[in-house]
Amino acid sequence: MAIGTGACLGEVILRVEGLHKRYGKDEVLKGVSLELRRGETKVVIGPSGTGKSTLLRCINQLTVPDKGRVWLGDAEITHARTNINHIRAQVGFVFQDFNLFNHLTALHNVSLGLIKVKKMPKEAALARAHEELARVGLAEKACSYPAELSGGQKQRVSIARALAMDPKLILFDEPTSALDPELIGEVLEVMIGLARGGMTMIVVSHEMGFARAVADKIIFMEGGTILEEGTPTELFTCPRCERTGQFLRKITELYGETSER
Amino acid sequence: MTYFEFAGTVFPRLLRATVITLELTAIGIGSGFVLGLLLALTRVYANRVLSGIANVYIQFFRGTPLVVQALAIYYGFPPYLKTLGIEPFSPLVAACIALGLNSAAYQAEYFRGAIQAISSGQMQAARSMGMSKMQAVRSVILPQALRIVLPSWSNELIYTIQYSSVAYFLTLEELTFASMKIAAKYGRAFESYATAGVIYVVIVLLVSRLLAHAESRLRIPGLCVDDRAR
Repeated sequence: MAIGTGACLGEVILRVEGLHKRYGKDEVLKGVSLELRRGETKVVIGPSGTGKSTLLRCINQLTVPDKGRVWLGDAEITHARTNINHIRAQVGFVFQDFNLFNHLTALHNVSLGLIKVKKMPKEAALARAHEELARVGLAEKACSYPAELSGGQKQRVSIARALAMDPKLILFDEPTSALDPELIGEVLEVMIGLARGGMTMIVVSHEMGFARAVADKIIFMEGGTILEEGTPTELFTCPRCERTGQFLRKITELYGETSER
Repeated sequence: MTYFEFAGTVFPRLLRATVITLELTAIGIGSGFVLGLLLALTRVYANRVLSGIANVYIQFFRGTPLVVQALAIYYGFPPYLKTLGIEPFSPLVAACIALGLNSAAYQAEYFRGAIQAISSGQMQAARSMGMSKMQAVRSVILPQALRIVLPSWSNELIYTIQYSSVAYFLTLEELTFASMKIAAKYGRAFESYATAGVIYVVIVLLVSRLLAHAESRLRIPGLCVDDRAR
């Protein structure tokens, strides 16, 4: 079994420092810090309601954190004067429920950002969109609308949509949780390909097979903090926290130990 | 004089009146569309103050009769306009203003409902790739909302055809007022009103066909009302 992709990790491209977020009385993030190097894949696991999704959404400011700072390279995302649209164009985001634009074909879903945000000429944008759809194995679905695609296909289109923007990193928010079990494989396959191809990514997921196959580090979150971070081998064989071991055993029981697909 | 001789005699007059009815409808629904869309966007996306102002506008124009609005605009404002050195509105202009302002309030509510029916994930996906809110509204939200709203908006257009007869109160010779004058002049009330009625029906049928055609042309799988209901 291959462990990690990180033979040659680059410089730190994402730095998160002391993120706090509170919804009413509920403190969802209680000071989360992490670093991500170029080419690195980190998988975030943990019980539901522990702030995993909020962490991802705070990174690209879809949710504004109460406290804490985030840097993309040298640019501080959380700085008031930062052009957030400019930052977001460099950070891909893949949603649990896809959020494909319902009125656009697969092709136009992928090309929209290129045309509107990157101001690419239409011809070039469509050509690039075709390439990205082919990369996720959906070239022949270019003219289909989201309603005509299966869940797995929708998620692959949404990955293509993120890839087309040439992002510095991609954030995956439970990308397979809304899928029927038999459709999960095709999405994970694309993501494994990306990780091995050197894409930088943070993936919130409970797919342990995926994590074991490509994660450089697994982050275990609980109660709004990072309890433990380590390589898959470290966490699976000798976790430092009792809770991490417990959780991993439960997850493996639930989801099975599907390794590489 | 047979009915057909009568109809032949009054035809030119009815035709002119029909054109005015169509003008009123087109300008009313068109300006109502632009203003209504702005009001809806303000209601949904603007800050509390602007959204509140838009709401007051909508409640006011939906809460008072169109006739009263038209009378106020035509007879109520000119004295004030005169003191400002502005020419009073012609009946046509006043009627168009009244229809547009009134229709805007109703259209705003249709649009607001449609915009709010679009899942918030659509906006998030657009923003997450670096689009501004404005770009997201233009390229992602409105194309979907306008498709969803089309069937109920069709009603508004058909109402506007009927409501254009409010211009009668402003002495504008549109279809309703024309048929009334013709009825009086020739002493043939039933034929006059029936003829006008038939013309209204024909207009509505044509407009409905046009809208049905537009609906099928704009149709996208998974994005229309009956698709969702199925």
